Amino acid sequence: MPKLTIDGKQVEVADGVNLIQAAEKLDIEIPHYCYHPGLSIPGNCRMCLVEIEKAPKLQIACNTKVAEGMVVHTTSQKTKAAQRAVLEFLLINHPIDCPVCDQAGECKLQDYYMDYDERPSRFPLAEKNRKGKALDIGAGVMLDQERCILCARCTRFFDEVTHTSELAIFERGDHNRIEINPGQPINNKYAGNVIDICPVGALTEKDFRFRMRVWYLHRRPSVCGGCERGCSIDIHYHRGRIYRFKPRYNPDVNSYWMCDEGRHSFPELQQETRLTVPLVQQKDELVAETWAEALRRSASIIKNIGSDFGANAIGAVIGAQSTNEEAFALKKLIKDTIGSEKIAAFTWSPPNASGDDDLLIRANKNPNTRGLAALGLPPDGLESLASAVGAGQLKMLIMLRADLVRAMGEQEFMRKFGALDYLLVLSTDANETCQMANQVWPIAAYPELEGSFTNFKGRVQRLYEAFPPPGQALSAIEAIARLGRALEGVERAQSAAAIFRQMAAEEPAFKGLSLEGLGEHGRDLAG
Amino acid sequence: MERILTRWLDIPDLKKLDVYLANNGYAAARKAFFDMKPEDIINEVKNSNLRGRGGAAFPTGTKWSFIPKDSKKPVYVCVNGDESEPGTFANRYQFENDPHGIIEGILITCRAVGSHTAYIYMRGEFTVQKRSIDAALAEARARGYVGKNVMGSGYDVEIWTHRGAGAYICGEESALLESLEGKRGYPRNRPPFPAIQGAFGCPTVVNNIETLSNVPHIINRGADWYKAIGPEKSPGTKLVCLSGHVNKPGLYELPMGMPIKDMIYDIGGGMLDGKTLKGVIPGGSSFPVLNKEESERAIFDFDSMRAIGSAMGSGVVIVMHEDTCMVDMLRATAHFYHHESCGQCTPCREGCGWIEKIMNEMEAGQGRIEQLDLLNNISDNMVGNTICVLADSIAMPVKSYVTKFRGEFEAHIKLGRCPFKSAEAKAQAA
Repeated sequence: MPKLTIDGKQVEVADGVNLIQAAEKLDIEIPHYCYHPGLSIPGNCRMCLVEIEKAPKLQIACNTKVAEGMVVHTTSQKTKAAQRAVLEFLLINHPIDCPVCDQAGECKLQDYYMDYDERPSRFPLAEKNRKGKALDIGAGVMLDQERCILCARCTRFFDEVTHTSELAIFERGDHNRIEINPGQPINNKYAGNVIDICPVGALTEKDFRFRMRVWYLHRRPSVCGGCERGCSIDIHYHRGRIYRFKPRYNPDVNSYWMCDEGRHSFPELQQETRLTVPLVQQKDELVAETWAEALRRSASIIKNIGSDFGANAIGAVIGAQSTNEEAFALKKLIKDTIGSEKIAAFTWSPPNASGDDDLLIRANKNPNTRGLAALGLPPDGLESLASAVGAGQLKMLIMLRADLVRAMGEQEFMRKFGALDYLLVLSTDANETCQMANQVWPIAAYPELEGSFTNFKGRVQRLYEAFPPPGQALSAIEAIARLGRALEGVERAQSAAAIFRQMAAEEPAFKGLSLEGLGEHGRDLAG
Repeated sequence: MERILTRWLDIPDLKKLDVYLANNGYAAARKAFFDMKPEDIINEVKNSNLRGRGGAAFPTGTKWSFIPKDSKKPVYVCVNGDESEPGTFANRYQFENDPHGIIEGILITCRAVGSHTAYIYMRGEFTVQKRSIDAALAEARARGYVGKNVMGSGYDVEIWTHRGAGAYICGEESALLESLEGKRGYPRNRPPFPAIQGAFGCPTVVNNIETLSNVPHIINRGADWYKAIGPEKSPGTKLVCLSGHVNKPGLYELPMGMPIKDMIYDIGGGMLDGKTLKGVIPGGSSFPVLNKEESERAIFDFDSMRAIGSAMGSGVVIVMHEDTCMVDMLRATAHFYHHESCGQCTPCREGCGWIEKIMNEMEAGQGRIEQLDLLNNISDNMVGNTICVLADSIAMPVKSYVTKFRGEFEAHIKLGRCPFKSAEAKAQAA
């Protein structure tokens, strides 16, 4: 563990750590463009030049490993002069089109200019180098070659992470430009990451650009619900609308990256079909009612069926889109409050969905499959429920985030579950299963709730409520808690943290965990 | 003086294997393979004080000794025949006239560092030269001097030739290695140095053609003989590329440590048209220019040239007489480096173009006086701040021209045109 001094402060770091990382430990920022911890080190931008005592010239911090007794100056005259020089060089041919650039507000050229330069241009030449603008290079990526600072993060990402190498640097010197081979646009499932890692406005997102100035966006950490990998993400939203998903670094799950499918999955969470009020089937039509009416109705049906046919006439299907807390709360309601054993988990992935790959994408598109299994709800109980329905033993089902009709088709659904007396569906959207329901409750989508998902490797990660669900929709755990109160007449835990505590106490797989203790990278299931 | 590296001038057809053999050819290789241990070879070359002829003047034997002795990876020898510095034209004659001298130098080097594979990287334009070395290699291979079991020693050495695509930067050793590996010719960050991680990630020695051509002679005649030529710390003969305004420009093999003045007035037959000397570009276009006074006292060896603030570089002497426009010289130099900057590092990529734009204005008489300070300042911001020294290669000349010939820059600004071009010539050019 070498000890070194950076700007007069001592720090001890592991062998092999570079100076940018060592400085981060002291909360000292060494500005850099080309360096990215998830990629190789080209040392080309020269922004991170720092003065190191006894070194004959300035050294790039990104490619300099710490050494015992090293003394580094990140704010000395020499370092500052080099930083200003590099910024000046970067800007002489830059179009400086910030007002119309979609990167404005999250551009490292802007940021570093404010932090490390802030002086007028000394380059009055009229003629700047002209290159290609607004080039559609495929996979939803737009390229502006004039804004590019040639840090080569994007080419390295496609060379080193996806191994697809669609982008390369063409020409030489200040004619250098990032480009695809003619007629060969970007064609891989992770292209959006180059937009994230582009430090300037050279690569922007076709779908996102010009739709929202980034300084109006709020960020909330979350987990992508697109597949059972559960990549850590940040949700970028404004006034209850999501504008984009960005990957969030998690060494144990997704490193710095996420796939394009997950990145572009958010529109599904805010479609026109979102449910905003509880619905009840009347004369073959779903009509709105109040939560009070809905809860009273459901509770009395459950009580009636229970007393007429026994507790096991009531069951639940829990979709693996549900959070750990939702699944646990519904399981508790069915097993403990109602006293039934009839619970099945349900997973479904669209037939044309992408299969497993060797980077992040998983064929199973249900983010909490492993979480349900850890709660004793493996995804194979559906058939036994269907036969119980067929045998006339099972009369009522509660379906939570389980669009069975879409999965098996209407005919199959009717064959298996058509004999049900009563169907209560908890759903975010008015889907096909809702059309079969006696009652439909509107619930929150995962960006609108507190809770957790467990990924396929057993990593439990936290979801935060970015904004409230639309209309009268409730988080599913609140809806379940209210139903429990309507059944028993006693208050129940409604917060995700409280339910998680219960879950940790009762479920061996969650032993020792707490929602608050999951941290930004999550924790592994016990055992 | 005895010709060593330019023996071909005295021995017709030296490029043919039989002639080469009849003139003591491959005797040094035989000695190195049968009578010497690798460390003996390295020590002999170390003792000879042979220094790299590519420009950096690093001691060759020391460079070889950096190769790990117990490497589990193969060791490669890469021979730099990119010869692309403006003003250089030595290697091309060597390829054409003494290819076996190069091959023998490579064999000995391979033996010294434990390498079985050598690559000769040649500049893209060397078509004739490649044919010449390839023919010599074929001859040497057919007679057992190259390939499996060299000269019956049980030691294999395969030698490949590879032509670049014409980029100046590929003469920089790490860009050369990238290019050799089939990649874009971008210089690499160091460390790791080529001795540890060079070609294909393996320990690699990169030597200049001229450097290796000295090796057979040193092995044949001993370090002491070699050290006796020229200054002891910087010994040997040097292939000097004399060009510009002299009566007899050309390639000359001269002992190290000859005054530049003697090269101009004795070797080169004096100034062209009897005009007055204005300055000399020593080393190559990437080194600081010398004014008349400096040129006349400059001694051409590594250390003496460094002492006067320039360098011997790759043995270039470009002579300029009184009618030379130094602003135009710098403009042309800037144009070259702008064209050849690989564009990897920000200061060089952007700085080279910036300097050329200013120099274009300056030469056209549209410059401004404050741009002289700007030129100096841009140069300062480039020097030492990049992966390789291409940035320094333009920055150092800029500073030297602006400082030593400031008057000519001021004259351009004052007149609003180039004082060396008559109004008619200008009209013609336009």
